[in-house]
Amino acid sequence: MEQNILKVADKKFKSRLIVGTGKYKSMKECAKAIKLSGAEIVTVAVRRVNITDKKKPLLMDYIDPKKITYLPNTAGCFNSKEALRTLRLAREIGGWKLVKLEVLGDKKNLFPEMIETLKSTEILTKEGFKVMVYCNDDPLMAKRLENVGASAIMPLAAPIGSGLGILNKINIKIIRAQTKLPLIIDAGLGQASDATIAMELGCDGVLVNTAIAKATKPYDMALAFKNAVIAGRYSYLSGRIKKNLMGNPSSPTKGVI
Amino acid sequence: MKNIIKIKIKVNGKVKLIKNNTKLSNLIKFLKIPVKKVAIELNQEIVDKKKLEKIILKKNDKIEVVHFIGGG
Repeated sequence: MEQNILKVADKKFKSRLIVGTGKYKSMKECAKAIKLSGAEIVTVAVRRVNITDKKKPLLMDYIDPKKITYLPNTAGCFNSKEALRTLRLAREIGGWKLVKLEVLGDKKNLFPEMIETLKSTEILTKEGFKVMVYCNDDPLMAKRLENVGASAIMPLAAPIGSGLGILNKINIKIIRAQTKLPLIIDAGLGQASDATIAMELGCDGVLVNTAIAKATKPYDMALAFKNAVIAGRYSYLSGRIKKNLMGNPSSPTKGVI
Repeated sequence: MKNIIKIKIKVNGKVKLIKNNTKLSNLIKFLKIPVKKVAIELNQEIVDKKKLEKIILKKNDKIEVVHFIGGG
């Protein structure tokens, strides 16, 4: 069904769940969790090659970039210069143009530095990148990102890795109402139901890493998130009932014996 | 015996001594780096991987070799 296809920068994906590849116990565990989650896009980081230990396993040996879309991410960058350098290098590795921009502003709360993020989005877009942008849940800033050419708006639910779930549903709804761009909740989810809530708010997808990787049973949690996203999407499209203060019986009141 | 002149360069932040007139392509081969899976920077400028053979390393050159790893 077309309404179940996630479209980002003219690319189509069947799954609306994007997963991160960090924090797993091993590459093997990461690869299996991704498979169970059904995700077709995974975020990856750009880091130095270990030139002294060449036996270290490579991500590409476990997750085939021909089968799964790699989404290079600028996690760990604290200014525009670092983020641009990282993504230009990512593109050089193998032609990646679809990228996730994440410029952080504070080492403790990991909130995005939005001035640098906005600046970087504009430059990257001009260079031909398709930029999916991690941002705070501020509708005004989301609009400005859209105006400079963002390919997707990715507001946080809560601080990265916090597991707090969606803290400001109203702002997410406002952003949903104002944009036709893919809206993907990124960061802060703690359990599968958080993903359902995001989808019920009208988001196009969710990005999860810690909640799966650090769950006691990552494989089961990957499966839970997969189903939670599907449930939330169907629920959103199904038209929920109006809320009532009082009860309304489900059985006919006529013919009661 | 002929004296081999060595020069000091940095690869991923680590000092390395290499023979003078070493090509960047030879260094990459020596380090057994899979070229297709990495990006290379020379003194903060991205190197076109097709031109590795044309670059001769100089004293104090700084090389960065990066690849994709797990991340959020």
